[in-house]
Amino acid sequence: MAAAEKQPVTITGAGPLNGVMSGLLTWVDQRFPLMESWRSHMSEYYAPKNFNFWYYFGSLALFVLVLQIVTGIFLTMNYKPDAAQAFASVEYIMREVPWGWWIRYMHSTGASFFFICVYLHMFRGLLYGSYRKPRELVWIFGMLVFLCLMAEAFFGYLLPWGQMSYWGAQVIVNLFGAIPLIGPDLAIWIRGDYVVSDATLNRFFAFHVIAVPLVLLALVGAHVLALHEVGSNNPDGVEIKNAKDPKTGIPLDSVPFHPYYTVKDTFGVAVFLIIFSIVVFFAPEMGGYFLEANNFIAADPLKTPLHIAPVWYFTPYYSILRATTDDFVLWVLAPGVIAFAALIVWSVKNTAIRGAVGAIAAVLLLGFFALDAKVWGVVLMGVSVMIFFLLPWLDRSPVKSIRYKGRITKVAIAAFVVAFFVLGYLGTQAVTSGRTVLAQVGTAIYFLFFFLMPWWSKMDKTTREPHRVTGK
Amino acid sequence: MRALVLALVLAAPLAAAEESVRLDAAPIDPRDVASLQAGARTFVNYCLNCHAAGMMRYHKLLEIGLNEQQIKDNLLFTADKVGELMNVAMTRREAKEWLGTVPPDLSVIARARGADWLYTYLRSFYRDSESATGWNNMVYERVAMPHVLWTLSGQQVQVDRKFKNMEQAEGIARQQKSAWKIDVLTPEQAGKDAERFILKTIRTETPGSLSQLEYDLLVRDLVNFMTWMSEPNQLERKQAGYVVLLVLLVLLVLAYLLYKEFWKDVH
Repeated sequence: MAAAEKQPVTITGAGPLNGVMSGLLTWVDQRFPLMESWRSHMSEYYAPKNFNFWYYFGSLALFVLVLQIVTGIFLTMNYKPDAAQAFASVEYIMREVPWGWWIRYMHSTGASFFFICVYLHMFRGLLYGSYRKPRELVWIFGMLVFLCLMAEAFFGYLLPWGQMSYWGAQVIVNLFGAIPLIGPDLAIWIRGDYVVSDATLNRFFAFHVIAVPLVLLALVGAHVLALHEVGSNNPDGVEIKNAKDPKTGIPLDSVPFHPYYTVKDTFGVAVFLIIFSIVVFFAPEMGGYFLEANNFIAADPLKTPLHIAPVWYFTPYYSILRATTDDFVLWVLAPGVIAFAALIVWSVKNTAIRGAVGAIAAVLLLGFFALDAKVWGVVLMGVSVMIFFLLPWLDRSPVKSIRYKGRITKVAIAAFVVAFFVLGYLGTQAVTSGRTVLAQVGTAIYFLFFFLMPWWSKMDKTTREPHRVTGK
Repeated sequence: MRALVLALVLAAPLAAAEESVRLDAAPIDPRDVASLQAGARTFVNYCLNCHAAGMMRYHKLLEIGLNEQQIKDNLLFTADKVGELMNVAMTRREAKEWLGTVPPDLSVIARARGADWLYTYLRSFYRDSESATGWNNMVYERVAMPHVLWTLSGQQVQVDRKFKNMEQAEGIARQQKSAWKIDVLTPEQAGKDAERFILKTIRTETPGSLSQLEYDLLVRDLVNFMTWMSEPNQLERKQAGYVVLLVLLVLLVLAYLLYKEFWKDVH
């Protein structure tokens, strides 16, 4: 559109500088889609009016992202990514940089709160079917954001260069060493050395402060753009676009994002900041869950701690890794693959799919006997995260929201949540035979939830969705 | 389900407490300036010869009520200026040669070990003819450090008492003023009907220059200082926290009113 064709921007209301501001905005708007962007993403982005408690966590996750970037910038001003100086430079920030302790605690607490917000945000999607058509790409971009966040947390955790940083990184990089054939060389390539060392610290620093954040920001942008293309879901799981005002074309059950949700989310941010500040100022270690005691001992390549555990947000997957023993592969995984293949063959008529499933099952079974259980532990850990990508296609319920789903869904989600918490708790603990059995039960429930979803979500007795969103 | 989640959250710290020795609660108070100063004196005189506190500057001691002259006159043995770090002259290589291992830096040791651990550990040394230094510790089996404070505490020995059941052993154990642990032998090791619950405690054999109460107070002050040193800004942090929370509460009220005002017409 040529500049002259655009309407000038006018500011309504009385104000001494309105004339100047209107002129300035008009000048910019004729050269940049300023007002158009503002309207399509804020003042005329129509969001369902019935968002509840669970809908705060998207904007809160974005808020924490900004907080992490800003505090991170200030931390890099004094942090030294050098194996000989890293640990002391963090203490320098804590002791001698004015308000450095505050910046550092905000960053360390922010990491945990980022995961709390993102987990609750994902759980919201699970409750209300926010990943269902037409929002599959919103979900996939969200999952990519989650993967980036995990990478970001992993790289960042090495930087304080404490014992847990060091040995945690050692354990995770060694997982790549379990990959057949290329594993050992791959692990060396990642570390840049035969053990985690100064070279590793330097590259992890580079990934943590620039590479991953760039990708993360781009993906968050894509996540929001995809959302604004299809519109937000809501706790009823019904499309607000189905009932529009015939004159204006605006969905009847919607409010413009700005100012309605900007003020509501500001309130959410205020509540969040209070909880966040209680941790930052009064319990920054959070009983060892946010800052581990062992990480106050500088990294020592010659002293392996008795008990190495990742930070709490990784422990469910870590539990799955440790639960995969030889016995588990033989007595649970192998029969599970056979049963699952049989289930698919029984459910689908297509011979090509049947043949493919049989072939994959046969290869897996061969692999179970040919390769070490450790390899399958790594595979299961990977699958336990990646499986979320498939949710839009695994869920075959005729309705989106849990409000109109039946008992099976409610029991399944409750069992999954309990399994997730139990696995998370076990991942923080040392291994005993009893705990391993419990973790194996948790792992089985975790995977059954996803792998059987196409069947149980279809079997479930749902009730009829309303045509319009309900009040609350 | 909520109850189950809550139960899991509550169970976490219980299951995590698996110490062989029951730790005594350290009666410390980071606001007790006299205690911190006494602790600083003990630290500089007894610890800061082998151990460094390389992330701690002498001038931070100004914050526990000392002035520069006092620091210079009484505490500055390893450096020339109060702006310097609490380092030791011994290099890592020398330490390895002379002591067999490098004594850990103590700047943040209280955050790694916890005040209760330090408080119990420093009161749990006992004579052991089999160890290289002649000392052993109830909390830290075969520790490399000798009992540096022994002239003050006197010399302790370990005492074993055998019991037929756990209740009896624990009953006696609870009356102890110092660390204790109970070793349990399997019936095969001890023979049938044998007393297989062994309560291990320590007893002072040769008194030192301080009574047990005085020694406990000295360790209390030392641990208090080390805990303060591990995060010298901890009081400032909490004070700032109250101000921040106050401001945020105002923000909360305003944000809530604004939210309600905008949403009052949405039904």
